[in-house]
Amino acid sequence: MKPGFRPSMTWLHDWSGLVIGWLLFAIALAGTLSVFREEIGDWARPEASCCVTDSVAAGTAAVRWLSVNAATSPTWYVQPADARSTTSYAVWSDPRAGYVQKWLDARSGSPERIRDTLGGDFFYRLHFELELPYPWGRILSASAALAMLLALLTGIVAHRRIFVDFFTFRPRKGQRSWLDAHNLLAVTALPFHLMIAFTGALTLAQLIMPWGLQSAYRGDQAALSRDLYPATLDRPAAGRAAPLAPIGPILAEAERRFGGGLLQFSVAHPGDAAAVVTVVRAEDARIGVQAETLSFDGPSGRLIAAHDEHRPAIATYDVLYGLHTARFAGVAIRWLYFVSGLALTAMIGAGLLLWTAKRRRHRDDVGIRFVERLNLGFVAGTPIAFAAFFLANRLLPTTLAHRSDWEVRAMFWTWGAILVFAALRAPRRCWRELLTLAAVMCAAIAVADIAAGIALSATWAVDAVAIVLAMLFAAAAVIVGRQQAPIRAMRRRVMA
Amino acid sequence: MAARTVTPRYRLAVASRLVAALAGGYGVAALVAIAGAWALPMRRIDAATAGLIAAMLALPMAAMGCFWARSATRAWAGILVFAALFGGIAVAGGWRP
Repeated sequence: MKPGFRPSMTWLHDWSGLVIGWLLFAIALAGTLSVFREEIGDWARPEASCCVTDSVAAGTAAVRWLSVNAATSPTWYVQPADARSTTSYAVWSDPRAGYVQKWLDARSGSPERIRDTLGGDFFYRLHFELELPYPWGRILSASAALAMLLALLTGIVAHRRIFVDFFTFRPRKGQRSWLDAHNLLAVTALPFHLMIAFTGALTLAQLIMPWGLQSAYRGDQAALSRDLYPATLDRPAAGRAAPLAPIGPILAEAERRFGGGLLQFSVAHPGDAAAVVTVVRAEDARIGVQAETLSFDGPSGRLIAAHDEHRPAIATYDVLYGLHTARFAGVAIRWLYFVSGLALTAMIGAGLLLWTAKRRRHRDDVGIRFVERLNLGFVAGTPIAFAAFFLANRLLPTTLAHRSDWEVRAMFWTWGAILVFAALRAPRRCWRELLTLAAVMCAAIAVADIAAGIALSATWAVDAVAIVLAMLFAAAAVIVGRQQAPIRAMRRRVMA
Repeated sequence: MAARTVTPRYRLAVASRLVAALAGGYGVAALVAIAGAWALPMRRIDAATAGLIAAMLALPMAAMGCFWARSATRAWAGILVFAALFGGIAVAGGWRP
């Protein structure tokens, strides 16, 4: 570390970027795919009845099924099918199995005909839970988001000429090319990168920085959640049975009051005299996660609480949260998020490669080799592993028991195999091999769809992205192969 | 990189900055969150949320400051100054640790 503002920030940028870079690469790629979480879900469940865009009808069907099959659960949580999602998503708790999540057919309300898969929700959960037990995955993700914010801020100082050098790209010049690529990808979407890092950390801020809220409420959780969600009633069960009022009119009333769609609803104590139905407004018009909430008395269907969020700091927090999840966004903004997310992922990858390129000339020790191989396992390995998840969705038999677990296993086993492979092979050759494999895997997703004859509205988009990525990986493999040729020739001369 | 010799003393100084940035930075950020919750003239939930947003900005800034400081000792001194500042604001607002 050298003294001075810029040298010290460069040092901090290099090291914080390296330490968190591999994890961040996977988080960024999973987050990018999560932008199309619903659409990937539609792609993953081709059996679901298509195109029921009426959330009220889908919610009614879901409740009809839940009242027969999850009658004992203390709460049902339902995200009804809408214009984007062909299935309704439901969570409830089962006395034997614990929490259960299922995707229900929009028409029948039943999960039975639909293949057991996590679909786009796999990437969404992986993005901030990392398949680790609560709360460790979330704490690690939040720390990664803060480290990314730190790396971005120090990066602006370290690469002080990024704005001037914006139009500079010097291809096939080793370190310089990686530097130019890293800078170009950073500057193109810098506001997006800064926004997504900060808002990402904020989504988990209450978990990692609970001290302000805890001290202000002196640890009184009930008072805190009453203030956070004023229209979400915490009414204890009465212990007397009472049938739930028809859900259709309740949801229709909520939709009428919102003047727009529903995002989700929950039913607390279904079948009890104290049942409560809470409906949250969809974010199609306003950025904000919980903009408007209504609570209805379960047995009578009467409106008993309403809250429209206008408190300044909470509303600000909700807007920042909403900017991260992009549920408010239309199709065009969504694609912009997706492309910016890919740019962010690629920037992290280029930064990792730059780290070794910058140091390769001075040293060749265990540290460099370790970094080089982890770069391979993550930068090339993550896309391959994610492609394996998509392929597993199409290739595993639909009748397989615990099928969704096997899809996740297929992804992690692929990743593990790539990491081992990368540790054993010569790095340069390994780059070409893994990039070729990534291209083949991506292309295979589209081929599997065509072979199965599945044609949905979501299919063409997933397949088109897969084919574009396959072409990019193939091009990268060719470029890496070309770079190898002169090195081999040089080595031959030295040997001779 | 190769020109500079990495002495144990240098490693110790970097480690000290690292602890200042992570533990000290987190401590300062927590005090920013508490100071916001107690001292901002807003409803309790709004004040605590505003403090939370400020704390998430304070953490990376404090970490940068610890590496910008001329020495590890100065980094720690900075952490203590800001901890005292935000701790003082919180206490003035009615917080009792």
